[in-house]
Amino acid sequence: MTERTETAAPAGAAPPADRPSPVSPAPAGAPVHKGAGTPGNGTGRWSGDAGESFRRNLGLVGVLVVLIVIGIVTRPDLYSDMNWVGDNIMSILTLASVVGVVTVGMTFVIIGGGIDLSVGAIVALAGVWSTTVATQSYGAGGMIFTAVVVAVCVGLVNGFLISYGRLVPFIATLAMLVAARGLAAEISDKQTQVSNNATINGIASNDVLGIPVLVFILAGVVAAGWVLLNRTTFGRRTVAVGGNPEAARLAGINVRRHSMLLYALSGLCCGIAAIMLTAQANSAQAAMANLYELDAIAAAIIGGTLLSGGRGTIVGSLLGVIIFATITNLFAINGLSTEAQNMVKGGIIVAAVLVQQFRFKSLTQLLARNKLRSTN
Amino acid sequence: MTEPAERPAADETVPAGVQSPNGTGPVGDPPPLVTPPADTVPGEVVLRLTDVVKTFPGVRALDGVQLEVRAGEVHCLLGQNGAGKSTLIKVLSGAHQPDSGQVEWLGEPVSFGNPQAAMKAGIATIYQELDLVEDLSVAENAFLGHEPRQLGFVRRGYMARQTREILARLGHPEIPPRRMVRSLPSAGKQIVSMARALSHEARLIIMDEPSAVLAHDEVGNLFRIIRELTAQGIAVIYISHRMEEIREIGDRVTVLKDGRTTAANLPARSTPTRDLVSRMTGRTIEYVFPDRPAETPAAEKLLEVRELSREGEFADVSLTVHAGEIVGIAGLVGSGRSELLETIFGARRASTGTVSMAGRQVRPGSVGAAVRAGMGMAPEERKSQALLLGEPIYRNVTLATFTRWARLGFTDAGRERAEANEVADRLELRPLDVRRPVRTLSGGNQQKVVVGRWLLGGTKLLLLDEPTRGVDVGARAELYQVIRALAARGVGVLLVSSEVPEVLGLADRVLVMREGRVVHEAPAGELDEDTVLDLVMAGSLMEGAPA
Ligand SMILES: Nc1ncnc2c1ncn2[C@@H]1O[C@H](COP(=O)(O)OP(=O)(O)OP(=O)(O)O)[C@@H](O)[C@H]1O
Ligand SMILES: [Mg+2]
Repeated sequence: MTERTETAAPAGAAPPADRPSPVSPAPAGAPVHKGAGTPGNGTGRWSGDAGESFRRNLGLVGVLVVLIVIGIVTRPDLYSDMNWVGDNIMSILTLASVVGVVTVGMTFVIIGGGIDLSVGAIVALAGVWSTTVATQSYGAGGMIFTAVVVAVCVGLVNGFLISYGRLVPFIATLAMLVAARGLAAEISDKQTQVSNNATINGIASNDVLGIPVLVFILAGVVAAGWVLLNRTTFGRRTVAVGGNPEAARLAGINVRRHSMLLYALSGLCCGIAAIMLTAQANSAQAAMANLYELDAIAAAIIGGTLLSGGRGTIVGSLLGVIIFATITNLFAINGLSTEAQNMVKGGIIVAAVLVQQFRFKSLTQLLARNKLRSTN
Repeated sequence: MTEPAERPAADETVPAGVQSPNGTGPVGDPPPLVTPPADTVPGEVVLRLTDVVKTFPGVRALDGVQLEVRAGEVHCLLGQNGAGKSTLIKVLSGAHQPDSGQVEWLGEPVSFGNPQAAMKAGIATIYQELDLVEDLSVAENAFLGHEPRQLGFVRRGYMARQTREILARLGHPEIPPRRMVRSLPSAGKQIVSMARALSHEARLIIMDEPSAVLAHDEVGNLFRIIRELTAQGIAVIYISHRMEEIREIGDRVTVLKDGRTTAANLPARSTPTRDLVSRMTGRTIEYVFPDRPAETPAAEKLLEVRELSREGEFADVSLTVHAGEIVGIAGLVGSGRSELLETIFGARRASTGTVSMAGRQVRPGSVGAAVRAGMGMAPEERKSQALLLGEPIYRNVTLATFTRWARLGFTDAGRERAEANEVADRLELRPLDVRRPVRTLSGGNQQKVVVGRWLLGGTKLLLLDEPTRGVDVGARAELYQVIRALAARGVGVLLVSSEVPEVLGLADRVLVMREGRVVHEAPAGELDEDTVLDLVMAGSLMEGAPA
């Protein structure tokens, strides 16, 4: 009330046990006058959950730095060549680009309370469909259009089954995973379909200002995803629907339609990824984008997206993808096997989830408790 | 507990003019700590807290709390929303660790690292927010974490029998121990969390606003159990915003304000309400309802419900709400009142009947259509039905309106914060920083967010289901003013509340519901509490319950 003053914790006090302290500390002793009539009152005092995800992303950057240091220590010969370093950064980003685009869509789906296991299959189906002889006769535009439309339609089917058919997302998209790859094999007759379109193939081989076009596409999709999630009504609905579907419904949000659109959005990302992957390989086949669903889900989770929905960031997911690409790159420059690499990846996923749960919380609690005990 | 003690006798009130427009008044020096003669309670001290401090980022939730609880007493904790009551009991139950200060339990200094440790030591807690595992059975929830075992296997049959016994003691033998908790109504869930507390060999049971979700008759039941417990020498810490309950069940009262003990060990029965309230708030509050306007003649019909029915919930309900009118629905939990509200709002689909707004029929079973027609509903259960706990306050307040201020699909965060700030200010939200996650608010303040959501934008008809659940005395009066002011601007209000005085005091017209039917309708001025209670209870569900 009127006389209430909030004093910041004294410097010597034990850190609050259940959350790490906010990035910007509270100005000490700033009096809060209720009803002073200044909207936006309390500016800068609460960095909120944005602060929390910021800290988490900072942690991911830390992981990335560690990985790079390992690279420098194990291959000092390569890292002494600045040209090589620049090229290597680009190859890591290129490696991350296709999965990165898929992960943006996946992040939306997971924040919205769902999961999409069919992304790899959708990429394959869209890739195969856009490289049939018939489609290729319409040129690059026709191929891109086909890939996107096919992928969005498959996403819509997923969404429809889940929202209106009341199927569990896990089951519906698992079924779609099988079905879409089956259809892709059917269309391609289990053959590799070579892309003869120079424009499409050029997407993977061309640079602009020394930066591969694929990386630009990734940057564009990430930027669009960030804006969509953080600045638009669509993003707000996504968080609401995933965070508390009943509350969203009672606030007048059309929860079913929105979840359906989320799967369509994931489909859209898969369509874009299909073109990128086709361009990289100059071809498409039913087995392409194998296990992308796992990579995308893992990256999103490492990036701090809550599997139960309602929370997640695009930047975190992007960092997750880049971390995976860097690990792959680290193994490649050291000439190690992919088997060892997969084991390390698995370990990193577990570690990331553990860190998410554990964070600094338990540590500070432990310290606080010991202090109490010793004072008693 | 028929006469609410908060309605102060005339000699206790201070002239209304003392209250300033935004609800704060002059603040005097805090009254000195009072220590009553030691012979008021015979039991020995089981729990003593000295200078307990607990901080959260930016908030000092507990700032030097003293508390002393004796065996066999009911010790009440009083304090405004956000005063630190729930934080205090979370410290006691091991859910939070204090930053500093001492907790003495049975004469020994202790620090509980987790809730399990506190339970082992004999402290059981019923939290303000239900903490049940929805997908486990009633019995599994009751014995969660201390399942009876034999050779490593849970003794399921024994556990179910024990649970049945506890439920019978609680007056609810009809709840099957093997039923999934998810399928119980919210009052049933509250019973289960009470059963959980009773399943321990506890020497202290802490109850954080247990009566907030209970119906009138259930509260009587709760008090009977509390008396049984204290007779066995078990201590009870009881938190409630309802003064009449504290008078009835409490022995001593400790008052918290802004995380500090402002008065300790006051006698619960003899301390005047005015004293308690001024120690809680630092000001004097008139707990009265806003005046009804003198006869609003022939306002237009806003909501018209015709013969609405829903299988097994309510039947043939017809009612009208005029613009500017507050209509109250009185009834027991289970009388179909919440279901009726949700059906009018389109959250449930009616089996028969129609709902019209301003003469036009609203598409049934569609919340979207209801919202577009100008309805807004504050649902009964804030945590599961209304809030995005991890999201900032302002986004929760604007959850139903953010699209209205968006341009081309882009949200306007500045505008949203400004609007939310205004609402927060009107409802005395504390702390008044709309960017905090709702999760960090106290229970009563979360409730204000739920109601505040519909004070924004062009809501024409407000459906309020238990709008003051867990809201403190001062903020409650404020909320009544806000609702009345909305009505004066032509908004229609349909209000459901378990507290009969609230329905009678706030509404213009009252409908009494029993077993899914409207059994009586009258202007509020023509009814009194006893009449309504009789109507509500007649052939009560208690006897009518399936065997
Ligand atoms: N996890 C948390 N993080 C940050 N602040 C918190 C947290 N939990 C509680 N608080 C703050 O601590 C203060 C005390 O809250 P508490 O829940 O103890 O109030 P209360 O007395 O139980 O109120 P009510 O009557 O509304 O239930 C409030 O200002 C609240 O916002
Ligand atoms: Mg509380």
